[in-house]
Amino acid sequence: MTQPKMGVRGVLVERAGHRILFVEELDVSPGEVLAVVGPNGAGKSTLIHVLALLERPSAGEVLFDGRPVRDGLLSYRRRMAVVFQEPLLLDATVESNVGSGLALRGVPRAERAHRVRRWLERFGIAALARRSARTLSGGEAQRVSLARALALEPEVLLMDEPFAALDEPTRQALIDDLDRALAETGTTVVFVSHDRAEALRLGDRVAVIIGGRIRQVGPPSQVFAAPADEEVAAFLGVETIVPGRISAVEEGLAVVEVSGCRVEAASALEGQSAGEVLVCLRPEDVVLSPAEDRPAATSARNRLPSVVRRVVRSGAQVRVELDAGFPLVALITKQSLEELSLEAGSRVVASFKATAVHLIPRHARPQSPTG
Amino acid sequence: MELIWDGITEALRLIFSGDAEVYEIMLLSLAVSAAATGIALVIGLSIASFLAFRAPPGRMLALSILNSGMALPPVVVGLVVAVMLWRTGPLGQLHLLYTPAAIVIAQAVIATPIVTALSVVALQTLHPKLRLQVLALGASRWQAAWLLFREARLPLLAAVMAGFGAAISEVGASIMVGGNIKGSTRTLTTATVLETSQGDFETAIALSFILLALVYAVTLTFTIIQQRRRAS
Repeated sequence: MTQPKMGVRGVLVERAGHRILFVEELDVSPGEVLAVVGPNGAGKSTLIHVLALLERPSAGEVLFDGRPVRDGLLSYRRRMAVVFQEPLLLDATVESNVGSGLALRGVPRAERAHRVRRWLERFGIAALARRSARTLSGGEAQRVSLARALALEPEVLLMDEPFAALDEPTRQALIDDLDRALAETGTTVVFVSHDRAEALRLGDRVAVIIGGRIRQVGPPSQVFAAPADEEVAAFLGVETIVPGRISAVEEGLAVVEVSGCRVEAASALEGQSAGEVLVCLRPEDVVLSPAEDRPAATSARNRLPSVVRRVVRSGAQVRVELDAGFPLVALITKQSLEELSLEAGSRVVASFKATAVHLIPRHARPQSPTG
Repeated sequence: MELIWDGITEALRLIFSGDAEVYEIMLLSLAVSAAATGIALVIGLSIASFLAFRAPPGRMLALSILNSGMALPPVVVGLVVAVMLWRTGPLGQLHLLYTPAAIVIAQAVIATPIVTALSVVALQTLHPKLRLQVLALGASRWQAAWLLFREARLPLLAAVMAGFGAAISEVGASIMVGGNIKGSTRTLTTATVLETSQGDFETAIALSFILLALVYAVTLTFTIIQQRRRAS
């Protein structure tokens, strides 16, 4: 395993006698995008502040390139960039805002101008260069904030809910632009969000933080498919999330290869005809029927022969974990369980409609995720 | 009313005839009050940054004291500073009493609470996370302070103008610690008091007019600096 770009060891943050955050160990590999998700007040922002060396923990240390950061904080800060939920722009023009971090870091004027122009263009705000930052819309201002951070060409980019304050279309467009930029630069990223869709969209790995503690870390498909405990499951919402690859798109119907299986999805992805995706499916959308049944004429596009791996009862509902060639979860009633007499090892057919499948595009990154 | 007109005419005559004594008084007033405001600004911004950004315990108490400090009577300040500077006082060794430096000290004491209290408010108008963002951009402590002061320049310049106004317009402290000595510690306000007490109302009004013109000129400069960027 490569040496982690950044990490924390035994970091404890207490305020007024309350434990806000305690992280025994968390690492992010070079070029990796680590998405930290958790509910409000879970300690996500505090974690970003500690990593950004803006808040000194009560105990523990921050590692950078494997070495503990003890002093010379300024020189470490100058190797990172932080984007907050609020754009926090200076009362100046857009271009001078984008160049402000570079100026503080002593980047020569010519180089500064070059990078400012480049990142203004990358985020589609070159036309706003001379505008006063005070006149920008929320989406424009956050673009400026991201451009300002990326213009620094940081080794580590830290983001604290960077899209939370934006409306939906603005948010999606900005996430797309950021995703492309990150894929291109190979920047190491830690970003926190309360929105699991954002984590799935951008994260190579996901860390779930609840009550000031990291409960689970792993690749998105693993974390979402097998939540470590009930609280994690409750926060994430239990879902089948598996990596796949689009092999064809015909009349709005995408054919996705998932571990050798063929899954059809009513794709909402515009212009995406091939590529890596995450296939998401809610367990309540999966219908189970006996394996020996003749394929009935239903509208469900997907019928996958599966083997029951585990049956988990929770109240009136039963969570059935299946192996359909890939891990698949179905949520059925106790009555259905009894009628089908399902137990581990039972053979069933799992059906779901193409419209129940949600695809999340994934851009290939320069470095593949570890873990 | 005629008296006021005569006073203004006299003021213009004194200004345009280049009356040496009037110019000396005017320059001393300006220099003393500018120095006092400068001192108040350095102390005020330091205290204000600490109170606004670090939010130390007891901030409320400190702010309430500073706010009442804005109403500090110059006569009281003059008295206390004079006692301190007396030959037998704690700072008597410095031999500053009845020098321009003594007036600077007294005026700085008057202006500091005003500049500080208004600066705290000025810095509190900034987004609480802006300081973190500026540090995260790679600012050193001094760079961060400079950037944040620049962000708050409108209300901060208002604080400077208020401090300068209080310094140059006071008379009680200047008389007590400066003594209104001709050619040494005579300022526009103390000279005005003297002329009035001697019954030379025309000169008193002329000096008052010159004081107002001076205050206006300085304030106008600050206002232009303050509002320049707003217009664009």
